[in-house]
Amino acid sequence: MTDNIKIHVENLCKNFGHQTVLNGISTDIYEGEVVCVIGPSGSGKSTFLRCLNRLENATSGKIVVDGCVINDKKTDINKVRENIGMVFQHFNLFANMNVLKNLMLAPVDLKKATKEEAEKTALHLLETVGLSDKAESFPHQLSGGQKQRVAIARALAMNPDIMLFDEPTSALDPEMVGEVLQVMKQLAADGMTMIVVTHEMGFARDVADRVLFMADGSIVEEGTPEEIFTNPQNERTKDFLSCVL
Amino acid sequence: MFEIIGTYGKLLMGAMGQTLLLALCGLFFGCILGIIFGLASVVDNKISRAISAIYVNLIRGVPMIVLAFFVFYGVPYGFKLVGIKFTLTALQAGTICLALNCGAYMSEIIRAGIQAIDPGQMEASRSLGMSYWRSMFRVVLPQAIKNMLPSIVNQFIITLKDTSILSVIGFPELVNKAQNVIAITFKSFQTWAIVAVMYLVVILTLQQVANALERRLSRDR
Repeated sequence: MTDNIKIHVENLCKNFGHQTVLNGISTDIYEGEVVCVIGPSGSGKSTFLRCLNRLENATSGKIVVDGCVINDKKTDINKVRENIGMVFQHFNLFANMNVLKNLMLAPVDLKKATKEEAEKTALHLLETVGLSDKAESFPHQLSGGQKQRVAIARALAMNPDIMLFDEPTSALDPEMVGEVLQVMKQLAADGMTMIVVTHEMGFARDVADRVLFMADGSIVEEGTPEEIFTNPQNERTKDFLSCVL
Repeated sequence: MFEIIGTYGKLLMGAMGQTLLLALCGLFFGCILGIIFGLASVVDNKISRAISAIYVNLIRGVPMIVLAFFVFYGVPYGFKLVGIKFTLTALQAGTICLALNCGAYMSEIIRAGIQAIDPGQMEASRSLGMSYWRSMFRVVLPQAIKNMLPSIVNQFIITLKDTSILSVIGFPELVNKAQNVIAITFKSFQTWAIVAVMYLVVILTLQQVANALERRLSRDR
């Protein structure tokens, strides 16, 4: 882990109508760091994550990724997004394409690679997530765990330096959680900058460099997994952890 | 029956040709209007959505026969009032009416088809760095069109049948010509039966083509 700031978030606020979802979030995320965001449902974890690649427009505040101000209208958000992979709770694989095409679409369409290069990369990525034999399958023929591994590979096909995970295992059968977490662990070990919104406390404890605990639209407490899980300071954190651990 | 076919068969076939010509013109421009206003009704822009909604509601709220009279007789008269000479042929007026009408319904089919696709598909595509329109054309529309196809075929058939309404502005399509035949022969039972069968044959053929297309699209899934 180096000291380069990858993502800088300053006083981020988000309202949906009159409802305040994010209430002044500030944090820095360093290159190669794995940050897990935990907290109760409705605390704004997913919204926070989605603001980082502008799937949600921030109401106020500042988000800087690699020197680009994300929430500036003049920023070419498509260019920035090429560098930020995202994995969704419900996989969102392109239903009209087979696995290989899912992985090749964006790199080829955005002229990041030729067809041949993209196919080579795609097959290699499928190998790393253990799905070489599924290249020709369509999403509806895969299990949840397989879909999510394909979704991770699809995001990686753009060769991003940041990966956002929005509850990647929440829609999976318990038996399939392990295979997805395994892929994510490998990714973390390879030095990827990762922000993971998750309810998998075991994963956060083992893999995270830092854990953010969010409640009611704010970061209530942050620290190393040890600090958060074994010695939480805030009452709200203690309550939450006593329920889930 | 057979003497009508023998004497007027050629005339009625020619009239069917005119019907198909008018339907084709109407469908062609109707599809263009439908795609434009359908897409305009889903984009994240209040003004384009409002324009699209006004168009659809306006056309849906006016019977096509009124639209036909308005375009063919009303509009040229309106121009005449302000001192401009402007006329439309029956084919031009008919095409405008059919296209406006078909376009409004197509726009709704396309809007509904796009909105039925999980927004996650668009989000996933956008998160990879693809632009809105690239995502729309590469990811959302290919899935939406498959679902829209039955409704689009339905609309094609309705538009084909709606050409008969344009007999009122004197366009020489099948119903118009059939009325001429009856005026001469007084054999209305036989003539309308023949006309009905002719429509039926054309529409059933169209339906077969559509079914084959649908099968092909659903195969590569």
